[in-house]
Amino acid sequence: MIRILGCVLRRDLVLAYRRRSDVLTTLFFFVIVVSLFPLGVGPEPNLLRVMAPGILWVAALLASMLSLGRMFSMDYLDGTLEQMLLSAEPLGMIVLGKIVAHWLVSGLPLVLIAPVLGLQFDLPQGQLAVLVLSLLIGTPILSLIGSIGAALTLGLRGGGVLVSLLVLPLYIPVLIFGAGSVGAEAAGLGAESHVMLLGAGLVLAAVLAPWATAAGLRISME
Amino acid sequence: MSLAEKALTGKLPFRMGTINWFKYSSPQTFFPLAGKMIPLFAVAALLLCGAGLYIGFFVAPTDATQGESYRIIFIHVPAAWMSMFIYLVMAFWAGLGLVLNTRLSSMMATALAPTGAMFTFLALWTGSLWGKPTWGTWWVWDARLTSELILLFLYLGFMALQAAIDDPRRADKAGAVLAMVGAVNIPIIYFSVKWWNTLHQGASVSLTSSPSMAKTMLLGMLIMALGFWMYSIAVVLSRVRCVILERERHTEWVGQYLGAKR
Repeated sequence: MIRILGCVLRRDLVLAYRRRSDVLTTLFFFVIVVSLFPLGVGPEPNLLRVMAPGILWVAALLASMLSLGRMFSMDYLDGTLEQMLLSAEPLGMIVLGKIVAHWLVSGLPLVLIAPVLGLQFDLPQGQLAVLVLSLLIGTPILSLIGSIGAALTLGLRGGGVLVSLLVLPLYIPVLIFGAGSVGAEAAGLGAESHVMLLGAGLVLAAVLAPWATAAGLRISME
Repeated sequence: MSLAEKALTGKLPFRMGTINWFKYSSPQTFFPLAGKMIPLFAVAALLLCGAGLYIGFFVAPTDATQGESYRIIFIHVPAAWMSMFIYLVMAFWAGLGLVLNTRLSSMMATALAPTGAMFTFLALWTGSLWGKPTWGTWWVWDARLTSELILLFLYLGFMALQAAIDDPRRADKAGAVLAMVGAVNIPIIYFSVKWWNTLHQGASVSLTSSPSMAKTMLLGMLIMALGFWMYSIAVVLSRVRCVILERERHTEWVGQYLGAKR
C-alpha cells in the first residue's frame, strides 16, 4: 500500500518536472494576486500590515484552487485514470499519492515564497513565522478538500468555474483559522489554538477526503 | 431489474409485517400518491400560514424595545429553521440514494435543493430588512448571518453541479457526495465562523440573550414554522413529480399518463 503511494507520487512529480511552466504559473499567480492588493487599497503600511495574513491566505486559496484542474484531467484524457480505477491497489491510496504530489507542486512553493511576500507587507518576524507554519499545515488541507471537487467535476463543461463554486465554501474554515492564527499572534493571544485546530482539520481531511475523492472518481468514470 | 430494485420488491429483508414499506419507493407508484398528497399539504400550508401571519400581525403584542419592526421574525426565524433543516433532509435523501441506489431518493434531493435555497435567501433578505431599523445597518458580519450566507453558497454549488452533468444518474451520485461532504462541513463552518467573529469584533449583537418571548409571539412563530413545513412538502412533491415525468419519459406509464391527460 505504501509502495503504490510512493509509485504514484514519484510518477506525478516526474510529470510535473517535465512540465515546469505549470508549476511556475501557479506560483506567479499567487505573487501577482498578492501584489494587486496594495495597488487596490493604497500603500498605507499600517493598513497593509493588518490585512497581510488575510490577503496571503485568500491568494493561496485561489492559487491552490486554480491548479486543481490539473490533478486528474491529464490522466483522465489519456486513459491512465481508467487503469488506476481498474487496478487491484486501493484507490484511496492512489488518490492520496496524487494529492500529496499536487501539494508538493502547487502548495509547497507558496509556503516557501510567503515569507518574502510577508516582508513586503512589513510583517514582524513572529507573525511571519506563524504565517509560514499556518500555510504549511493549511495548504495540504486545501489540496485534500479540492481533490473532491476536482473528482466530481471531472470532464464536465465549465468544470473550472464550477469547481470554484463547490470548493471555495468548503475552504472557509481553513481560511479563518489560517489567517486567524496570524491575527491572534498579532493581538498577543498566541497562535497555538488556531494552529492546533488547523492540525485537527488536516488529520480529519486526510482521513476523509481521499475516500470521498475515490468515490467521486468512480462516479465520474462509470 | 437492478439488484436494489429486486431487494425492494422482493420479500427479504425489507418487508415488515403486512405493509410493504418500499411500495412507494418506485417512481411509478409514488407519482399518483404525490399527486393526491399535494392538495392536502397545500391547503394546510395556506391555513397555517394565514393563521400564523394573523397572529403575528394582529394578535401578538408590540415589542417593548424593537417596536413593530420585530414582526418580521414571524417569517425570518421559520425561514432560517427551514433553510438548515432542508439541507440535512436533502443530504439524507441524497445519501440514501447513493447507498441503496434508489432513484426516487435522489430525485427527492434534487427537488429539495431549490426550496432550501429559496428559504436561505428569504432568511437573509428578511434578516437584512430587520437589521436596518434595529441594528442600523443592512448587513453585519455576524456569525449567524455569515454561516447562513455560506449555506446559500452550498445550495448553489449543489444545484450548479447537478445542472452541469447531463447524465441524471451521475448527477444524482455526484450531488450526493457533495451534499454529504457539505453536511460534514456545516458544523465545522458554523463554529469556525463563530470563533472568527468573537476574535475580531466581540459579540456586538446577541440573539440568544434576548428577553423571554411573549407566549403569543412564540405561538405565531411555531404556527408559521409548521406552515412553512407544509408549503415545503407541497412544493417539493410537485417538483419531484416534474422530475419523475422528465426522467421516466421513455417508460410506458408516463406515455399513458400524458396520453390520458391530452
